[in-house]
Amino acid sequence: MILSENFRVAFSAIRANKMRSVLTTLGIIIGVAAVIAVVSIVQGLQFMMNQEFQGVGATYMFVFPDTQQGGGHGVVLARQVKLTWQDGQAIRDQVQGIKMITPVIMGAEVVKYRDRSHRPEAVSGVNEDYPEVANHTVDRGRFISRIDLQHRRKVAVVGQEVVDELNLGADPIGKEIYIGSLPVTVIGVMEERGQALGRNRDDLVFVPFDAALTLFGRAAGDQVQLQIQAASPEMVEEVKDGIQRVLRQRHHIDRGEQDDFQVVMQDEILSAVNRVLGGVTAVVGGVVSIALLVGGIGIMNIMLVSVTERTREIGVRKAVGARRQDILVQFLIEAVTLSLVGGGLGLAIGYGLGALVSAVIPGDFPPAYVPLWAVGLAFGFSAVVGIFFGIYPAGKASRLDPIDALRYE
Amino acid sequence: MALIEIRNIYKIYDMGAEKVHALNGVNLEIERGEYVAIMGSSGSGKSTLMNLIGCLDTPTSGVYRLNGVEVQELGDTELAGIRNKEIGFVFQTFNLLARTDALHNVELPLIYSGIPRKERRARAERALQRVGLGERMHHNPNELSGGQRQRVAIARALVNEPSLLLADEPTGNLDSNTSREIMDLFDELHQAGNTVLLVTHEPDIAEHAWRQVQLRDGKVTDDHPTSRASAANNPVETPRGASPGGEETPHGASLQ
Repeated sequence: MILSENFRVAFSAIRANKMRSVLTTLGIIIGVAAVIAVVSIVQGLQFMMNQEFQGVGATYMFVFPDTQQGGGHGVVLARQVKLTWQDGQAIRDQVQGIKMITPVIMGAEVVKYRDRSHRPEAVSGVNEDYPEVANHTVDRGRFISRIDLQHRRKVAVVGQEVVDELNLGADPIGKEIYIGSLPVTVIGVMEERGQALGRNRDDLVFVPFDAALTLFGRAAGDQVQLQIQAASPEMVEEVKDGIQRVLRQRHHIDRGEQDDFQVVMQDEILSAVNRVLGGVTAVVGGVVSIALLVGGIGIMNIMLVSVTERTREIGVRKAVGARRQDILVQFLIEAVTLSLVGGGLGLAIGYGLGALVSAVIPGDFPPAYVPLWAVGLAFGFSAVVGIFFGIYPAGKASRLDPIDALRYE
Repeated sequence: MALIEIRNIYKIYDMGAEKVHALNGVNLEIERGEYVAIMGSSGSGKSTLMNLIGCLDTPTSGVYRLNGVEVQELGDTELAGIRNKEIGFVFQTFNLLARTDALHNVELPLIYSGIPRKERRARAERALQRVGLGERMHHNPNELSGGQRQRVAIARALVNEPSLLLADEPTGNLDSNTSREIMDLFDELHQAGNTVLLVTHEPDIAEHAWRQVQLRDGKVTDDHPTSRASAANNPVETPRGASPGGEETPHGASLQ
């Protein structure tokens, strides 16, 4: 029998039982929707991670004070967990294989220019190595220099978002703005980086490290973050060990006590993220295979009902010349069509969910993105489920005796 | 060579404890162009015989030749092919597909013959015009009267130009006026050269045939020509059943 006729019959049967068909395919709808939603979100996360880390490279690492681990084991009163730029300088001087290192302290301050004011996502105090460590350079003007730091100049480098918000115009260089109550001169504009990991990386202000201490208070200097580029990827482990050795010594951490800081390397971040994403994918994979199984059984069930309901139709078709394989193919195509319709609905719902999630997550989660392979996978799985669970009812239909089928009430 | 040649056919159903002899050595020959009524009460074996003749079933023993082909030897797929090309079924309960229009119902046998869409459509339209339903091709069965539904079924039976029209109680679900119209249609189809086999228990329906075969207890007990056969020898007499009142359009024009 001609294929188009089979699809015609399948669609007319589904149309005749809309509600039943949708309920039947619910398992497949849920399964496919879950796959698509998760894939679109995971893809977004991976895209974001790539954006975040593609620049900094495998030699990037950072150190931060670990207030949870520090201070012994709870019985002993916690000594204050500190990480200072003096620690950073010691690391720079004593650890082999460090190419660059910058302290980073961040705070929230309002910036003002004339009658405009704006609160950027962060005001960061850094040194002249920051652009190369973070692989984020200036677009116009220049970054904070060693001379700026030495002379404690009141200067700032801003992101494009800040330029726009403060209405600094086409040539912001040399303009005087206020950070809190501190007047600074804009010396550069960072190149635009867009948004990643919920942060707008154009909505930043950089000031010399000392200026930041003035702004945030001296205590902020006890809680710095150190961002580092190692000389080569091979040296990363060695550098990490060196940092631990120097800091443990400087912080007087005894053998057996835990570090009061953490050294994180880029590949650790990526592998941690990948572990989480892998876990999510595995859980969803489990849910999906259960949903598809249930969906497939639903389809088998409804196809058995359909075969019984349409016994007479099968009899008529056989009487006018349908062969067994014609009937088999007809009902198989109906099962596959049913599950493909479910797959299509699931695809739409999954895409909607992904879009909803990316819209609801605050910050700048990238828009949901469903790669073509996921669409293919969704429809492929639906078709396989349809064939697998449709074959028994279709076989039953094809083996019906035409005389009995015609007599069926 | 006869169109239908049945030699010593037995059909025995094994009902566990006892064996039911539905057909008990039937012999029958039907020539091309004949108009035969098979009669008998329920349990006489006429349904079983009809199923065998219609290739829906195979005999337990005996020989059935249809158009020279020994049907009793054939398997499922070949039987389906014969039903498709050689036999046109008309059922008491019409047996149309509910969700599709008259045209598509008539197309059905052609679909299984693998006829291309365009030709299928043209032939189905011709068949519907022939039974006087040219105006109602796109109505679904539930929008048609009983008589019209049976006309659709007859068009479906005719569309593949089968060797044999096999009608099982074709008027069983129709009122007497409509029954007459349907029987007129069969008369016309017979006159146009079709071989018609009626299965019925109603004597006045059987009267339309030119030959009556009586079955009882799985055996042929009587086989004789009817009054129509002798009437046909007298060209003056008009065919019976030309409907008075003229509400029914004549089909003669579309028969040519």
